[in-house]
Amino acid sequence: MKKIKGSQIIIESLIAEGVEVVFGYPGGAILPTYDALLDSKLKHVLVRHEQGATHMAEGYARVSGRPGVVIVTSGPGATNAVTGIADAYMDSTPMVVLSGQVPTSLIGNDAFQEADFVGITRPCTKHNFLVKNVKDVARTIKEAFYIAGTGRPGPVVVDLPRDVQQAEHLFKYPDNVVLRSYRPTIRGNPRQIERAIEAIEKSLRPLFYVGGGVQWSGAAPELRELVKGLGIPVTETLMGLGSMPASDSLRLGMLGMHGSYGTNTAVVNTDCLVAVGARFDDRVTGRIADFAPKAETIIHMDIDPSSISKNVKVHIPIVGDIKSVLADMLVQIKSRESIGQRRAEWNKWHQQIMQWQKERPLYERNGKERETVSPLDVIEEMYNLTKGDCIVATDVGQHQMWVAQLFPFENPRAWLTSGGLGTMGYGLPAGIGAKFAAPDKPVIVVSGDGSIQMNIQELGTAVQYGVDIKVIILNNYFLGMVRQWQEKFYQERYSYSAMSVPNFVKLAEAYGAHGFRVEKSKDLVATMKEAFATPGPVLIDVVIPKEEAVMPMIPPGGSMSEMLFA
Amino acid sequence: MTSHTISVLVENEFGVLARVAGLFSSRGFNIESLTVNEDPLDPTVSRIVLVTTGDEQVLEQINKQLNKLIPVIKVIDFKDVDILEREMVIVKISVDERTRSELDSIVSAFRAHIVDIGQRVVTVEVTGDADKIKAFIALVRPLGIKEVVRSGKVAMQRSVQLSAENHRRPREAD
Repeated sequence: MKKIKGSQIIIESLIAEGVEVVFGYPGGAILPTYDALLDSKLKHVLVRHEQGATHMAEGYARVSGRPGVVIVTSGPGATNAVTGIADAYMDSTPMVVLSGQVPTSLIGNDAFQEADFVGITRPCTKHNFLVKNVKDVARTIKEAFYIAGTGRPGPVVVDLPRDVQQAEHLFKYPDNVVLRSYRPTIRGNPRQIERAIEAIEKSLRPLFYVGGGVQWSGAAPELRELVKGLGIPVTETLMGLGSMPASDSLRLGMLGMHGSYGTNTAVVNTDCLVAVGARFDDRVTGRIADFAPKAETIIHMDIDPSSISKNVKVHIPIVGDIKSVLADMLVQIKSRESIGQRRAEWNKWHQQIMQWQKERPLYERNGKERETVSPLDVIEEMYNLTKGDCIVATDVGQHQMWVAQLFPFENPRAWLTSGGLGTMGYGLPAGIGAKFAAPDKPVIVVSGDGSIQMNIQELGTAVQYGVDIKVIILNNYFLGMVRQWQEKFYQERYSYSAMSVPNFVKLAEAYGAHGFRVEKSKDLVATMKEAFATPGPVLIDVVIPKEEAVMPMIPPGGSMSEMLFA
Repeated sequence: MTSHTISVLVENEFGVLARVAGLFSSRGFNIESLTVNEDPLDPTVSRIVLVTTGDEQVLEQINKQLNKLIPVIKVIDFKDVDILEREMVIVKISVDERTRSELDSIVSAFRAHIVDIGQRVVTVEVTGDADKIKAFIALVRPLGIKEVVRSGKVAMQRSVQLSAENHRRPREAD
């Protein structure tokens, strides 16, 4: 066997992991690896800013279910990637970031483009490594992929000093990983699963509350089989949308701050809350003391033991992979006759929730002609043009909540949004990344005039690689969600939330993309149709009134009784 | 809010203390005392013994979050078990002809050791639990302490558990 350079070991290791595409940006300390990359079969996407690379990797990971890979250089290249790494950490997104580092002899020397990347990313990665010897490169990359993709997924950083990339060593990619200190629990405890079934069986008003964990573990089929078989309604978190098909009446949509009246009323009244791969985030619970006050039993299935009883006291915890736990639950239920005894009550409970939904629908459409564009019409038209068979990525703000409330997601892995960290600038690059994972799926990015400007430079990437995405900007010349909070909670004092924007059509054209603009409601359908029929990256600037608000709303730290309506 | 002693077995590798300490600072947990040492029998492993404060829920989170760190092999929470705990202080104390005999009697009562003698100063080493150290310091303080250094705590479960309700092993998280 011949010795090869560390940089070649890096590339060979990625190929051995089955990596097909990497998102990155070259620079001094990572140049040896870029040199090796040129001759490899790996596809490399050159971004315009390292943050873009991390969100592309997130979009890729969310759609494919496999870790997204990012390559950046040391110093500023690495620090630019931090926001996307923190985003991936909060939303449990598997990602491997390979970063260049100054040569080992210069580490700690305040060398040119040196940053303590392992130190900086320690609190926002699942794990990170500084590789100090070329003999450790292959094993470390193997461990990085293993850690990123197993258990509760997350980002892993591998910091690679330049001299390590240049040194030579024999290459053998390890067959397996031995980490005595990291062994995620996959199977749920059968006795706990039985206790959970007993609790559900006894309950009169059970409710499933499902989150991103269902998506990551690929557990949507098991979840659907279970709740449909039992006839128990399901509410989804922002990250859980698509776990249940929107067309199923058991699917109640999103709960929490911008959840509907009916859904949140169901949470208030349930006597048995079954949390599945969700983490009781403050945007879901509001004031903890008032969350699910009538729930005699809270069951929590999660792969991460530290999520259990972190915010809300859980009565029946089940630690394990959601897919495996739900499958075991299905098996136990099949051999259990008593499970059907409450069917009639559960059906009545479901009807009651439907009644609440009807009493106060998310938005009242009065059917009157309007001159200005309603954001709701835009979302409806997105559905009409794709029949729902598409991937939707968003940025953060009002547009994000409107899509989450209204777009009828039928499938998991079709919804990309920054939930935990709330990163403006996520949408466009995430949509680009998604297209590399699912080239045949239409990808729509919904953004706002504020968010889009945070990573608009990635239009350049989309054009360079001919990425066919449709970017809709809901443009109200304001940071809309900030404006909404200022209106409701800060006595309409709009402190620095109004924003001038560029001519988005000209900007798109300057990048070599296509641009459209809609100002009047009557032009919406035709323009969107034309834009969606235009191949390649297309930007659609849709002007909406600044007064449009995301409703209903439970004020931050509040409870259902304080819900605000339009 | 009570003090708790936790023993954490970790991979003996670069940066692991920063991960443990960083976890405490980023999650707002407190560290009162900390010792870190390579295991004398297995050099691939280090043992961190730390003392922290918090209610039941905080301690449960600390335990779980520690277990979540990749290089953490095992977390032993010494809650509800009888433990042996030791700290050490080295105290440099002023002496003269008048106080020397008083110091000698304190040293002997505490089974401390005189480890260094200079002109008008005596350096004493004391080992014991936190109360013993506290009592010793209180007694020699009037003599005049020139300098004092104190170690963190080390702890180990006692072989025989005397507390009636505590016939149980230390809690180990899954």
